[in-house]
Amino acid sequence: MKAPFEPKILAFCCNWCAYSGADLAGTSRLQYPPNVKIVRVMCSGRIDPGHIFRAFETGVDGILVAGCHPGECHYISGNERAEERVETAKAVAEIIGIGKDRIRLEWISASEGLRFAEVIEDFIKEIRAKGPNPVGGDA
Amino acid sequence: MIVGERKPMGEILEMIAPHEKVLLLGCGTCVTVCLAGGEREVGILAAQLRIHAKKEGKDLQIEEHTIERQCENEWVDEIKSRVEGVDAVMSMACGVGVQLVAEMYPEKAILPALNTTFMGYPVQHGTWLENCRGCGNCVLHLSGGVCPITRCAKSLMNGPCGGSQDGKCEIDEDIECAWQVIYERLKSGGRLDWMNNYQPPRNWSTAGSGGPRKSVKIEEVVD
Amino acid sequence: MNITDNQTAIVRLSSIAAAALFIQQGVEPVAQMTVRDRNRIAIQSDILGAAALGIKNVLCLSGDHQKFGNHPNAKNVFDIDSMNLLRMLKDMRDEKRFECGDEMDVEPRLFLGAAANPFADPFEFRVQRLAKKIDAGADFIQSQGIYDIERFEKWLDAARDAGLTDKVYILGGVIPLKSAGAARYIKNKVAGMIVPDSIIDRMKNASDGKAEGIKIAIETVRRLKEMKGVSGVHIMAIEWEEKVSEIAEGAGLPRRSGPA
Repeated sequence: MKAPFEPKILAFCCNWCAYSGADLAGTSRLQYPPNVKIVRVMCSGRIDPGHIFRAFETGVDGILVAGCHPGECHYISGNERAEERVETAKAVAEIIGIGKDRIRLEWISASEGLRFAEVIEDFIKEIRAKGPNPVGGDA
Repeated sequence: MIVGERKPMGEILEMIAPHEKVLLLGCGTCVTVCLAGGEREVGILAAQLRIHAKKEGKDLQIEEHTIERQCENEWVDEIKSRVEGVDAVMSMACGVGVQLVAEMYPEKAILPALNTTFMGYPVQHGTWLENCRGCGNCVLHLSGGVCPITRCAKSLMNGPCGGSQDGKCEIDEDIECAWQVIYERLKSGGRLDWMNNYQPPRNWSTAGSGGPRKSVKIEEVVD
Repeated sequence: MNITDNQTAIVRLSSIAAAALFIQQGVEPVAQMTVRDRNRIAIQSDILGAAALGIKNVLCLSGDHQKFGNHPNAKNVFDIDSMNLLRMLKDMRDEKRFECGDEMDVEPRLFLGAAANPFADPFEFRVQRLAKKIDAGADFIQSQGIYDIERFEKWLDAARDAGLTDKVYILGGVIPLKSAGAARYIKNKVAGMIVPDSIIDRMKNASDGKAEGIKIAIETVRRLKEMKGVSGVHIMAIEWEEKVSEIAEGAGLPRRSGPA
């Protein structure tokens, strides 16, 4: 019997906010599904289309880019760039058949451990409904 | 530098559709600096093309490679064995590079991944401004270092038109009026004479209206 | 009577053809000619044609950029500029020479006009530009629409001080306003035009905006009539041509013979 689909999520988390949020979720013993792999980056603005599409190519089902709330970027405007880059990546993802909804951008502060857990849970639910990355792969 | 922008994804997919083995060829000079066709952009486009092919169930092999310059024979010559192994080359160089690759490998399909936009420089990271049209007849020593051919929407040679207001061009308030800038620079340098005097009709034969241009330094020519 | 050459880059009946039709009706028009759509070859050819059809007055303009028109994807020409156009037509008339220097047998007998905009920047250069246009061949000048009459007067004074008003006939431009909204639009959206707040307030507070617009136009014409160095006015009642005679009569201008 085929195992049920378990989405593979890659989360790029900003060191100053979302990563600390994830940490807080952990230390607070909040439950969220284990499908997510977290990559710590110094700023959400560090993410470029190369990271996103290389990940999809290897079979990741959904990509979360999580940065600081607007106006609170540690590097002033890195999260604004992240927003624009994610928009561009979504447009291309749609054209090449991945679908724009497999990329998600969220603002999560260091104190929002609960929110981090909720976002992950919600995203996994959404990707589970969409089904696996059409490219396949074994990421 | 020469500035370019990647073509829309739909157009790229259409070009690449008939091919199964493609060399995606970056250029390490201008288009690397303007973030359009260097090694990084080759990687991004390659991943996107492979994802699309897999999604469509198509067997597409993309080879990634970037050379220092696609506008010089020596560099383009070095990729001979790579080109032989594919049925198409998608060049991420400017139009000059694309044409030289096509010239040297005429039996292959050569596909342009970029639109070559203009010659210019970055006014800030991520923003480039056109400032030379290569008209073949430079007046920058007279015009305060601002090119009226390129930076005036009407390429006027006798001062600002009636649409110049508050230093802005009539066609777009984000575009500065080149003639306002020229005026200020010449005025501060005490060199308004040029602007005050009548400038005759230009000779556009050097600007491309005389047909494709060729530059020969006879003493340097090696047959 | 000005016949525009595809004004705001919107395709219209050819200004030369329209001007020729007016001449048949006994009206002497000013045919406008821009450098946006024709190179020096086409312009000279068209000017010979215009002269053959009896057209005498030609207003030499750069032309609005095609971006504003209904063919924004068109390639513009701008082979020469309006200054060059004046000089080229003057040389055709006075020297019987084409731009390239070749001689012609019969010269076009033209009266050459140019535009001047006292409301564009840099202001100090506008008088110098007027001087350049006169030197290049302008016999008469049509100004941009005047709402900021003080600035126009300042420009005119400087032109007079430079001895320019004796060398050229200056026509002040008058564009009657239809509403406060139109006034604000011109102030904010039309490059190279100035509408003072006092005019906008008058339009806003008027019970009948159109009547107020005509009243302002009449007052402007009267003020222009008094200015030394102004030879006439150019009333541009855009899509409101029937009001031209009302403004002219209201301002006490002499009646002209023939159709208005």
